[in-house]
Amino acid sequence: MSNSTRVEIPDELQGQVAITTLDRIYNWSRRNSMWPLMSGLACCAIEMICTAASRYDFSRFGMEVMRPSPRQADFMLISGTVTKKMVPQLVRLYNQMAEPKYVVAMGACASGGGPFKEGYSVVPGIDKFLPVDVYIPGCPPTPQALLNGLIKLQEKIDGQTIKKDAHWYRKEPTLPIPVPILGPDLIDLRNLPEIKAAATAEIIDTESGLREGSHE
Amino acid sequence: MSDASVITQTQIYEEIFPDWFTPESRSGYEGFIIPAERIQEAAQFLRDDKRYDFLISVTAVDYYPEDCLEVVYHFKRSTGGAPLTLKCILSRESSEIQSLVAVYPGAELQEREVWDLLGVKFTGHPDLRRILTWEGFGGHPLRKDWKEAFYEEEFKPFKSRWPDGKFSRAEDHNPLQDNLNFPQGFDPDKWVADGEQTLYKSMTRVSKLNEDGIESDQIIVNLGPQHPSTHGVFRMAAVLDGETVVDLKPVMGYLHRNHEKIGERNTYLQNMPFTDRLDYICSMSNNFAYALTVEKLLNVKPPERAEYIRVIMAELTRINNHLIAIGFLLNDLGAFFTPVLYALEERELIIDMFEAASGSRMMCNYFRFGGVVRDLPEGMLDHLKKFLTRLPRKVDELDHYLSGSEIVRIRTEGIGILPPLQAIANSASGPLLRASGIPYDLRRADPYSIYDRFDFDVCVRYHGDIYDRFLLRLDEIRQSIRILKQAVRDIPEGPIMTGKPQYQVRVPAGEAYGRVESPKGELGFYVVSNGKANPVRYHVRAPTFINLTSLADMCKGNKIADVVTILGSIDIVLGEVDR
Amino acid sequence: MFGLGIIRGLSITLRHFVMTYVDDIRKGKRRYHTPEGIAYRSNTEVTGMFTIQYPEEKLPVPEEFRYIPFLVYETSEDGMRKIRCTSCGICAKVCPPQCIWIVRTTDPDTGKPIPTPAEYYIDIDLCMSCGLCAEYCPFDAIKMDHDYEIASFDRMKHHVYNLEKLAKPLEYYASIRPVNYKAEEDARAAKAAAKQASQAA
Repeated sequence: MSNSTRVEIPDELQGQVAITTLDRIYNWSRRNSMWPLMSGLACCAIEMICTAASRYDFSRFGMEVMRPSPRQADFMLISGTVTKKMVPQLVRLYNQMAEPKYVVAMGACASGGGPFKEGYSVVPGIDKFLPVDVYIPGCPPTPQALLNGLIKLQEKIDGQTIKKDAHWYRKEPTLPIPVPILGPDLIDLRNLPEIKAAATAEIIDTESGLREGSHE
Repeated sequence: MSDASVITQTQIYEEIFPDWFTPESRSGYEGFIIPAERIQEAAQFLRDDKRYDFLISVTAVDYYPEDCLEVVYHFKRSTGGAPLTLKCILSRESSEIQSLVAVYPGAELQEREVWDLLGVKFTGHPDLRRILTWEGFGGHPLRKDWKEAFYEEEFKPFKSRWPDGKFSRAEDHNPLQDNLNFPQGFDPDKWVADGEQTLYKSMTRVSKLNEDGIESDQIIVNLGPQHPSTHGVFRMAAVLDGETVVDLKPVMGYLHRNHEKIGERNTYLQNMPFTDRLDYICSMSNNFAYALTVEKLLNVKPPERAEYIRVIMAELTRINNHLIAIGFLLNDLGAFFTPVLYALEERELIIDMFEAASGSRMMCNYFRFGGVVRDLPEGMLDHLKKFLTRLPRKVDELDHYLSGSEIVRIRTEGIGILPPLQAIANSASGPLLRASGIPYDLRRADPYSIYDRFDFDVCVRYHGDIYDRFLLRLDEIRQSIRILKQAVRDIPEGPIMTGKPQYQVRVPAGEAYGRVESPKGELGFYVVSNGKANPVRYHVRAPTFINLTSLADMCKGNKIADVVTILGSIDIVLGEVDR
Repeated sequence: MFGLGIIRGLSITLRHFVMTYVDDIRKGKRRYHTPEGIAYRSNTEVTGMFTIQYPEEKLPVPEEFRYIPFLVYETSEDGMRKIRCTSCGICAKVCPPQCIWIVRTTDPDTGKPIPTPAEYYIDIDLCMSCGLCAEYCPFDAIKMDHDYEIASFDRMKHHVYNLEKLAKPLEYYASIRPVNYKAEEDARAAKAAAKQASQAA
């Protein structure tokens, strides 16, 4: 909760109510109606469903409206292993979500690749592509652990202020994250120079025989 | 009722096979080796003359550095009995073999998988595209000389962990700081992504003139991978004529987690927790199948009590799975969430027991080679007994409010029919097969563990539509309750493990194919050992992956709205489909 | 009659709905926020509302529950921490995703290994909570924790557990796994007694 007393009130909010109160109301209403995007990826999705079901029931937190459409969702629960084949779709979904939007990485796989990290077609953590707000460890996190993570997300929202964090009210648009392409391996368009450099460097290295365990 | 007479492998040898069927001579191996160019002929012979009408699995083993790529086929009879193994040896360079799709349509997806992961080219395959990776992917990852980006060492345990295990992330060792690996000289600017063009080209669309002279086109509609009803990240590309499905192709691999590649690096024991994550709803059944397979290689048998515990766990898993399957089928029909809520309530009570016994709700990791990890906790059996008095009541309730509902019946009766012969040809298994009138249940057809001691019926229904699959699952829950009641009554006291628990098992060289009737169908593990600490080949015959072969057949001619329900009635889990 | 099945179905859901209130009235306040209430709502006889009101009340986890491993240390009388781990490396060898890193201590003078870890890391973003490390540890030094409330905002900072973060007192272990603890202590006492007996003989 923002308790700062010396707040510089931005131009567009001059003459409005005291910003801390506004923040409080704004955050209170936001955090109590967080709608998750209905996208189950892997094992964790089953625990996510259990959390939505009668025993743990996350509608107590205003999260019961799982939206299959990203346009209506407030946060994205990455519930499981993100593979290279799936990540373009996830990035596209994230781009389609309306601000303010949040990402929760549920489980070891979504956070950092998990037990499948060494595999050739697994993205080692969704944070390589999307900004993650809360990480929930566990494999899979039990429903109570997931709820704990979601409460953490609410805490984070509570800590945000319109002035500093609400970049979605600024004039300039937020740029979408470029959707990666499936090449011989996943091509992240933001890293094109590095990919080029690595692919050419490999030739030199293997020719001079410097690189150990040369890649096929 | 299936043919109860068990045909052993030795009996098969006694039967007269043509002389070009060379019996396997390596110790620990079984089956026949045949010349690669005659595989289609052999398959036809097995199917028509020897009644091996069912192709279980197609896979391949890479014996690098030897120039030997072995394609392995498993066949079985739909009347029961042990499976038969056929092998063809190819060279690694020119790995080409005839496709079996013409004889066994069930080979379609599996041959695509072998092509994708091991690079065996199946000539005559109608649609040989990559299946788990994507079109354009560099290399065939299950070849032994193919190395991934985060490659550390050939085998686990890695030497970098102990005794001088300075922590570092795998990212730090890769020049791209990521799990990426590009071929030499790769230029991303010149790369043209396939963008599903190969997929769309493989689907035929026709334009036709209507009676009133208007030309109408058929269109392709994609469902998934992000779709609320695809049970995960599954995708279907359907060709539609109006609302009617003309053609449909399953697209998978969105959850391909390299299970087999990782499995061949792991030690035998390390694979056990990974099997939990195959079909993540039924981790106990996966454990069961894998434990049986390795026990076959090790030639050990678990003690009595462990056998009973295993059966109890496997049957609880079946109930658990069918509850979810029924609940989500109703979800797909539009009964949004009420049946699922009631089903999940019972499931929570089941996984409470799993959690108490194994420590985890879903990823049980409970079985070990030669037994189970630990004995049942105190009071668990009493709890289970009480639960078994509650469950039938709840199942009857489920039956009461769902089976009679007119909406359910209108939406499911006569939809998505799979005729029995088609089901066998497509290598369908589990409830999908039994709802089509084939009473094939491995617990009876080729009994494993102690299933021959229990009194239960193999459920079968004859219409082969969605409604029958739904009813069949209800029937199976009731039969599982029957088995559980007997198991709880008969379970003896005693040890739960043969031998001492050890983390490094010595597995003699050889191969084994172990299978169980998992809730979704025949779950098999094909493990090849060379006597070292890690398996040479670790293949999973995933029932739902192969059941998906029938999806297109069932959907053709139905409305697009029914496709979702038909998929729901197969009951897929993507962890297992994509592995 | 067409529609009878639907009506029957609806009546069952209605009964479920009514039962939640009936059970609430019957059980009263005891039903929520008390240990008996939670136990009642997770037993096989439960009817009515099934929900556990996390975070106000928590469903207790069973003894065998496993989440993330931790290392057991014993506190001696002079307040020194003695970590049980001997850095034998079995946990690191058996770990399926290889998420355990151990640096063994060596004696600076002789260069011989000392049975205690110098560094010990677990990357919980790799850990699959399988419990094999705890199962095969011959010294009962690594155990699986019950604490699942570990969500964080930054994985790079918080998700690699080092020796300090992993070490937890023996008393904590005894409190979360009393049955296992007792069995292990009994086994150790029996072993010690046997050893003494054999020495005496």
